[in-house]
Amino acid sequence: MLRSLLLTVVAALLSLWILLPLTYTFIAALADVKNYYERLVPTEYTLENFAVFFRLGAFDALLRSVAVAALTIVISFALGVPAGYVLGRLAFRGRDALRLAILSARMFPVMIMAVPLAVLFIDIGLYDTLLGIALVHAALALPFVVIITSSIFLSVPREMEEAGMVFGLSGWQVFTKITMPLAAPGLTAAAMFTFVISWNEAFAAAILASRERTLPALTVATTVAGIGGAAPDPYRFAAAAILSLPAFLIMAYMRKHLTAMWGVR
Amino acid sequence: MLEVLLSRRFLEVLTNTLLLLAAIIPSQFLLALAATFLFTERFRGREVALYLFVLPLAISDVAAALLWYTMLSPKGFLNKLLMELGVISRPIQFFGYAFRHMEFLAIVLCEVWRATAIVFVNLYAGYQMIDRELIEASEVFGLSFPQRLRYVILPLLKPSIESALLIRTLFALQMFAPILMLAGLDIPVLATETFYVFGQLFDAPRASAWALFIGMFTLAVSAVYVRLLRTSRVVR
Repeated sequence: MLRSLLLTVVAALLSLWILLPLTYTFIAALADVKNYYERLVPTEYTLENFAVFFRLGAFDALLRSVAVAALTIVISFALGVPAGYVLGRLAFRGRDALRLAILSARMFPVMIMAVPLAVLFIDIGLYDTLLGIALVHAALALPFVVIITSSIFLSVPREMEEAGMVFGLSGWQVFTKITMPLAAPGLTAAAMFTFVISWNEAFAAAILASRERTLPALTVATTVAGIGGAAPDPYRFAAAAILSLPAFLIMAYMRKHLTAMWGVR
Repeated sequence: MLEVLLSRRFLEVLTNTLLLLAAIIPSQFLLALAATFLFTERFRGREVALYLFVLPLAISDVAAALLWYTMLSPKGFLNKLLMELGVISRPIQFFGYAFRHMEFLAIVLCEVWRATAIVFVNLYAGYQMIDRELIEASEVFGLSFPQRLRYVILPLLKPSIESALLIRTLFALQMFAPILMLAGLDIPVLATETFYVFGQLFDAPRASAWALFIGMFTLAVSAVYVRLLRTSRVVR
């Protein structure tokens, strides 16, 4: 009993360590600036900080971020889901080697991709386009999509597909009527994870665009001292709040899939 | 490429990168190991605490850097709290070239806050796979906790530890936004240098050389990693 209480206290401290920066930033983002500077816990609250933040280009950047993330999901799923299906469903020579190769592609640093691609994109007219950023994000997300979907399809029982065939469904009908509905929750989680990768990615987004900036790229450009960023405090608080908002919703849904997405195996 | 590798700048950048790795990775490992033991137990509020502890996995490094800026800036949480309590009379400065060691500390805090969960998820998954009976047996034979840790748990957890540390090392090589946002250009590392040379100096060849070095570094670490992954598969 005492032991359990002690563990709860330790867990509470750990939760505080995570929650404090988040909570305080949300408080700061919603507080009146003058009031925030004077008091530890502000007493006057306003939406003005967000209004200013959005007026200074962040709203457009937010829309771009969402568009890039959506494009990333479309591209990486179009390429990754079929590959995941094959890896999860069919036995063929070299499957393990292919799996391992895809696993190690997760380690590929974005720098080595983004810099040469920026040069190439300038030549072929993809520089400063949302599609260009989405292509790089899709390349980053693709190994995850393949690995996650292969384990999802692996978990769909083959007997059910066979039962469908016995009842006279065609191969395509089996896929759309039996396999896909069973795989849907896992695929939703994979889509959310792909969204997170794209939503959070700043390096490629900053390198590959100078006007069409996504929200993280805009935030880096406006807050980094030394490269011309000197955004005032309220702007930073609002940016932090908006950028971390999706995490709360997404993590609630993805709990089951943690190891598949951030684990090594 | 050679020109970059032989420059004095390269040595400085590499040293900074390695120093940050040396400060961040052991802290993350110890915290993640402690959290693994904690979340294996049953207690009230476990689910909520676990959700919160892994929450930073989905938070971007850009946002995390801003969160820690909010905590540590001259009018931030820490300084206002300490002033209110009367511990200090002037704010502790964390930012600016003259306070580079404090900027270093801010980066470490930010990275430990944000990315410990990645180490944790791997260690936790590995710990779940350990045969409970082995740990129970060691308890029956009267091993103390440090002894159990040293002779039973850590050896069994070794594959997970190795892969968690390697994946952390690789991701840490790509650390970029927190460093730029908390320290500006005061503490250049491999990734920020690549960004700066390309984005500000518009020197694509030189930026490519930096990127290539990150790639080679990653490849070397990955080679070790793939080998470890194979052997750990065989063991199981």
